[in-house]
Amino acid sequence: MRSIGTRLFVILGITTGLVWLSAVAWIFVSTRAEIEHVLDARLMEAGRMVNSLIVSQEIDVARAQGLKPPFPARVPAGYDRQLSCQIWSLQGVLIGRSEGAPEKKLSEHRDGFSQTVIDGETWRVFAVENAALGVRVLVGDNLRIRDRLVNDVIRGLLLPTLLILPALAGLIWFSIRQGLAPLDRIARNLSARPASDLSPLDSADTAREIAPVVQSLNGLFARVAGQRERERHFTAFAAHELRTPLAGLKTQAQVALASGDPAIRDRALRQIAVGVDRTGRLVRQLLDISAIEAGERGWTNGPTNPGAELKALANELPHAGKALSIAVAPELEKMRVAMDPDLFRLAARNLLENAINHSPPGGTIACGLAMNGADTIIVIEDAGPGIPTDELDQVKERFFRGRNRAPVGSGLGLAIAELALEQAGCSLLLRNAAAGGLVAGIAVPATLVRGFGKPDASPVSKPPPRLPEPTRVPLRLP
Amino acid sequence: MRILIVEDDALLRDGLKVGLSLAGFTADAVESCEEADAALVGHGFDALVLDLMLPDGSGLAILKALRERRDDTPVLLLTARDSVADRVAGLDTGADDYLGKPFDLDELAARLRALIRRAEGRSRAVLEWERLKLDPSSRTVEKDGVPIRLSRREFSILRALMSHPGAILSKNRLEDQLYGWQEEVESNAIEVHIHHLRSKLGTELIQTVRGVGYRLGGEP
Repeated sequence: MRSIGTRLFVILGITTGLVWLSAVAWIFVSTRAEIEHVLDARLMEAGRMVNSLIVSQEIDVARAQGLKPPFPARVPAGYDRQLSCQIWSLQGVLIGRSEGAPEKKLSEHRDGFSQTVIDGETWRVFAVENAALGVRVLVGDNLRIRDRLVNDVIRGLLLPTLLILPALAGLIWFSIRQGLAPLDRIARNLSARPASDLSPLDSADTAREIAPVVQSLNGLFARVAGQRERERHFTAFAAHELRTPLAGLKTQAQVALASGDPAIRDRALRQIAVGVDRTGRLVRQLLDISAIEAGERGWTNGPTNPGAELKALANELPHAGKALSIAVAPELEKMRVAMDPDLFRLAARNLLENAINHSPPGGTIACGLAMNGADTIIVIEDAGPGIPTDELDQVKERFFRGRNRAPVGSGLGLAIAELALEQAGCSLLLRNAAAGGLVAGIAVPATLVRGFGKPDASPVSKPPPRLPEPTRVPLRLP
Repeated sequence: MRILIVEDDALLRDGLKVGLSLAGFTADAVESCEEADAALVGHGFDALVLDLMLPDGSGLAILKALRERRDDTPVLLLTARDSVADRVAGLDTGADDYLGKPFDLDELAARLRALIRRAEGRSRAVLEWERLKLDPSSRTVEKDGVPIRLSRREFSILRALMSHPGAILSKNRLEDQLYGWQEEVESNAIEVHIHHLRSKLGTELIQTVRGVGYRLGGEP
């Protein structure tokens, strides 16, 4: 049932109806029992009274035989005689009967109460036997009349009820509407809103019961508004960041077109090729960010082999011009991390690209392992200039490009790495090595480490063994 | 016409430098506020092409400092942010013009020529001296309606002299007009170019003021 109002109305209607019905049934039964009790008592009283009149000779049974009743029956119309009396001799002769009493014997039994059917009508009969005078007094009630009496009482009770029931239904309906009014108000407020209106609902005058719903809704509105603001900001920033490389490409293209000098033209065309690569990378990174943020992939728990991924990336990423050597420690290939391989690849790719872009020609990039408290750190260390200390806090911001920038950098790599690692439950640590160069660390909490040298092992609680020579420099938390 | 380009994007900086040189400017390029501040001290630039977002600060800070030093060098802002508010802020800080990225190189060159022209107090694009006519945009020189072919450097020297008619320009100032930082300046280059100009346009055109510099002379 969709409507709470209808639902409440039906529930209340049924329960109220059931209560009323049981009350009516109870009243019917108890009233009937009470009336029968009273009428039986009256019957008994009447029987005894007639008997005592006979005994005290007030009624001469022998004389009375054959006589008309002394008083004429002047019975008002519409009046049903309720009691019938018969006096029988013990031999079975009808000595006398009250007016309207049937001529047939009311009962064959000797004493007490009984029920008989005479001419299709049921009688309740009380018999008193007077053995001394040889008569039996039978006093009877017609059950049809008795039933009518009971029914009259019940009808008298039920009639007002039937009138009240619709009024009660109306009251219930009205009360439900009143009770649900705060919900209606919220629904009207929500349905009247334009899609852009994410202002919170007024929670001051809402009922206590729906205050949690209103609060949750307001919380949701705030989150959606925040998300929308971030997206708007990001889109604006991304568009802005794309304009500079586009301006560079256009300028170089115009130089190539305008210059008659083949050397200048060739140089401009080469610059364009580099610029296209760089812009392509920027676009790829923007798409990576939106893919991570959308989280629609439904990230898996891996396992990821960080060593194998890093080796694959080292081979895949172009660094030929610089003749770099990228070393991946063998321990990394024995480790398994409960983390989506795509997320790890995104983070590692951007960290490695960063290291490659900042490495001097002929430099070394070392990938190794270190421990930091309970966390296992996958370390990527380069021999570049590092990051100025005052910029360490800012470099993870999107589009931030510090003083030691690489010519091809976009200012997005570290932001992507951090975003991807956060999605996987890891974190990104950055610090400068003592000898210069940047140490980028992927901090993997112990709960995500799936064993060393035991591929696909079940989650281990024991800490990984301390490796003899993980990296040259142990990592400290900032 | 010596231009300083302040732009942090390597691709665009290089393109601007080469492109503006092709358009007849002598262009120097720097990539940060720090370098720009250093370059602006002691060098006479005819105009400044300034990017707003730089790695170590905002281009507006450079502009503000420049105007506080009462330096009236024309400034053209070059930026990816081109909302009305940004443009207003830039112009109100003292910028003379504004171009949003991406832009057209020819338009940038034309705007720079216009800025320089106005800074020199002229409204006409074509420079005239006696029977000479010099068009900075097409880089042509005519004497009595007859085109005369000049090299890039000869043209630059003539343009500098014709835009300050009557004034004496020092040899250093003329060298500034011709050479960027990275370019090797030969010690007698100016004399050689002046000699060529005299032989092409007439010996009386450029007078040598001993120990001071050069100026436009009488009847060419």
